[in-house]
Amino acid sequence: MSFLLVQALSGLATAATLFLVSSGLTIVFGVTRIVNFAHGSFYMVGAYVGWSLIERFGTTPAGFWGSVAAAALAMGLLGAAMEIGLLRRLYRSPELFQLLGTFGVVLVVQDAAAWFWGPEDLLGRRAAGLKGSVDILDQPFPLYDLVLIGLGPLVLGLLWLLFNRTRWGTLVRAATQDREMASALGVDPARLFTGVLFLGCALAGLGGALQVPREAVTLHMDMAIVVEAFVVVVVGGMGSLPGAFLASLLIGQLQAFGILVFPQITLVLVFLFMAVVLVLRPHGLLGRAEEVPPTAPAALTVPLSAGTAAHWWALALLAALALVPLAAGDYAVILLTEVVILALFAASLHLLIGLGGLVSFGHAAYFGLGAYGAALLVKHAAAPMPLALAGAPLLAGAGALLAGWFCVRRSGLYFAMLTLAFAQIAWSVAFQWSAVTGGDNGILGVWPSAWAAGKAAYYWLTLGLCGGALWLLRRAAFAPFGYALRAGRDSSLRAESVGIDVRRVQWMAFVLAGTAAGLAGGLYAFAKGSVFPTLLAVPLSVDALVMVLMGGIQTVTGPLAGAAVFHLLWSEVMSATDWWRLILGLVIVALVLVFPKGIVGFLAGLRGRA
Amino acid sequence: MSELVVRDLQRSFGGVQAVDGVSFTLRSGDLLALIGPNGAGKSTCFNLLNGQLRPDAGSVRLDGTELVGLPPRRIWALGVGRTFQITATFASMTVAENVQMVLLSRARRLFGLWRPAAAQFREPALALLDRVGMAGQADRPCGVLAYGDLKRVELAMALASEPSVLLMDEPTAGMAPAERLALMALTAALVRERGLAVLFTEHDMDVVFGHATRVLVLDRGRLIAEGTPAQVRADPRVQAVYLGDES
Repeated sequence: MSFLLVQALSGLATAATLFLVSSGLTIVFGVTRIVNFAHGSFYMVGAYVGWSLIERFGTTPAGFWGSVAAAALAMGLLGAAMEIGLLRRLYRSPELFQLLGTFGVVLVVQDAAAWFWGPEDLLGRRAAGLKGSVDILDQPFPLYDLVLIGLGPLVLGLLWLLFNRTRWGTLVRAATQDREMASALGVDPARLFTGVLFLGCALAGLGGALQVPREAVTLHMDMAIVVEAFVVVVVGGMGSLPGAFLASLLIGQLQAFGILVFPQITLVLVFLFMAVVLVLRPHGLLGRAEEVPPTAPAALTVPLSAGTAAHWWALALLAALALVPLAAGDYAVILLTEVVILALFAASLHLLIGLGGLVSFGHAAYFGLGAYGAALLVKHAAAPMPLALAGAPLLAGAGALLAGWFCVRRSGLYFAMLTLAFAQIAWSVAFQWSAVTGGDNGILGVWPSAWAAGKAAYYWLTLGLCGGALWLLRRAAFAPFGYALRAGRDSSLRAESVGIDVRRVQWMAFVLAGTAAGLAGGLYAFAKGSVFPTLLAVPLSVDALVMVLMGGIQTVTGPLAGAAVFHLLWSEVMSATDWWRLILGLVIVALVLVFPKGIVGFLAGLRGRA
Repeated sequence: MSELVVRDLQRSFGGVQAVDGVSFTLRSGDLLALIGPNGAGKSTCFNLLNGQLRPDAGSVRLDGTELVGLPPRRIWALGVGRTFQITATFASMTVAENVQMVLLSRARRLFGLWRPAAAQFREPALALLDRVGMAGQADRPCGVLAYGDLKRVELAMALASEPSVLLMDEPTAGMAPAERLALMALTAALVRERGLAVLFTEHDMDVVFGHATRVLVLDRGRLIAEGTPAQVRADPRVQAVYLGDES
């Protein structure tokens, strides 16, 4: 009994931190309608800054709390700077650009933090004056955690006062309800938004600095917390503070008790909870229907053209690619093998984004499922390569069939969050189920059959399979199915009223894209000889988005160019430096701000102007 | 011969009774106008008929088949076409492709992955566009069309499924007066030739009284008058609604 009580209390302490971070995220979303991927970075840097200050001044209670407050303030200022420098230019962009742009900031901040504080985990000083523990029904419980538990409701109360009893808060609420109206009332929206980002990021920084006495400060804190905060915000209802509070409490308890009941799948539990809530209560526990952000495919509605010469160009390119091994060395062939695989991966994602307007933030799940499908067949069933390669798209397709059924029930940002959740589920299974997947160590020794073991032979095999799959995807894009997908994106109202079952079309597209990504994943496993959980993780999903965006959304050939440029940039530039995240982050921000139409779109624009 | 029988439709939004006990019958050959001041519940009525909204109570039967509870695409498949007050077309496709989509949907070929869509049903699509006077713009993207032209594309899309009942929500909004009359003349011709049953809403009284075979008058969710254009024009309650209640 007392053990359960202590477990519940530690769940409450977790909930307090979750609430601090997710309240900031939900406030920022409520006003700016931007889901800020970088929110976790402010939490992480808040923890680092807090650590430095506490090391220096944290010997007294005043010094400790002063340090925490200073860290929060500093993050608020950084957040305001990000609003002015980046977000301000993204308010009218499609959500894909907003998510990617803020993810670029995540990468830049990771490298900046590594440069400033080093890669080692940092253990902080305990909070002065709160070092002991109290006995609760004979079980010791940390005093500091008790203070945290009190802090959650305190912050909620202060925020309530701020939003209901001050003029600024009233304006923010007005802007949350109706952005246009607020600016019509003579409020300078730019200053309001900067202020909101200050508040939101200060809350994230506060949450981070308060973690210093509880756990080590690491460079992985940002993604871990932001994904959890997404779940809280989505479960609670986007933009709803009480919803975030309620969801934090529920998820804190789910984690505290989940670890007792299902220690192997604690991560899965949280995302499963979110998926179930979203299906039962589409707008979250306390969200309202009108708070659903509009999907903004406006920039994605330029007609696709088939182009009669395209056939011949494609065949010529294929022939040229097939001849490469005759002239080039092994290194170039290996590189090109990976480019071809990634081209299929990017093209499969483009089917969803470009044609369906469905921005998936978890497409790596299906690439990874394919890779694991092949590797598991080799490892556990001693399957020969052809059989394993056939299994790869089947497993990925089955995964997409299951996840897609949930995901296509929602559109826009909710779709992005759901795909992210399912990718996290797949990732945590690969990561935690060590007996089967090898956990973090992955699966090694996934080598091709003897007849395809040569670099050139495997390249030709890859080229044949990926070329065939790409050709099929392209046929599908211009066949009635691709048109039906576009119809659902252009106007789901009209599509439904002329007999198109939009959800079903989108579901099938999800399965088709997942299957194609699975084939790419299977080929990748044999190309590398091994698979790791990173193949299912968020960064690879983002890489795929960057490839699609680099190539340009409006063209069918874009993803191919994007994959090639991205992979060459990756292997030739970024692998040569330790600061690849910084470079990639800056590339992403530049893409989003300067070349929103991608390389192919940019070139087409130049040609059109000339 | 088709018959759409609407009985005692009810729908409220948070305490406001938007549609309150509406009943009427629409038969082949009817060009029935639904008029009423802004906020009378006309668009809600349309959304209830084509399944976009679910009524709180009441029934809508097409030749005996209950439509209430069916999703819009099922109701469409049973032969109820519709155009929207704010035009909704597929902006990334050409005019012809918009119509071809409807024909593909009708032929249940939407899940085809092989044959290019642009080559399928092009001739019938062009014929339909010719009927509404849009054949000349068949290969322009829908995203760049003028508003009145979009309305005509919508009509061609609605006709493509050969509906027995056609619901047209403000079919001539945003058109020049001459265009309005031409479109309504075309609609009236279709009603005669194909035995269509058309229900339409309209603000322009010249259009209503010039073309409708019968008129329904809606005010605050209730039907307050029904009859021939001449009868409705003479009805004192209608005059009160349109001229303001002086008593």
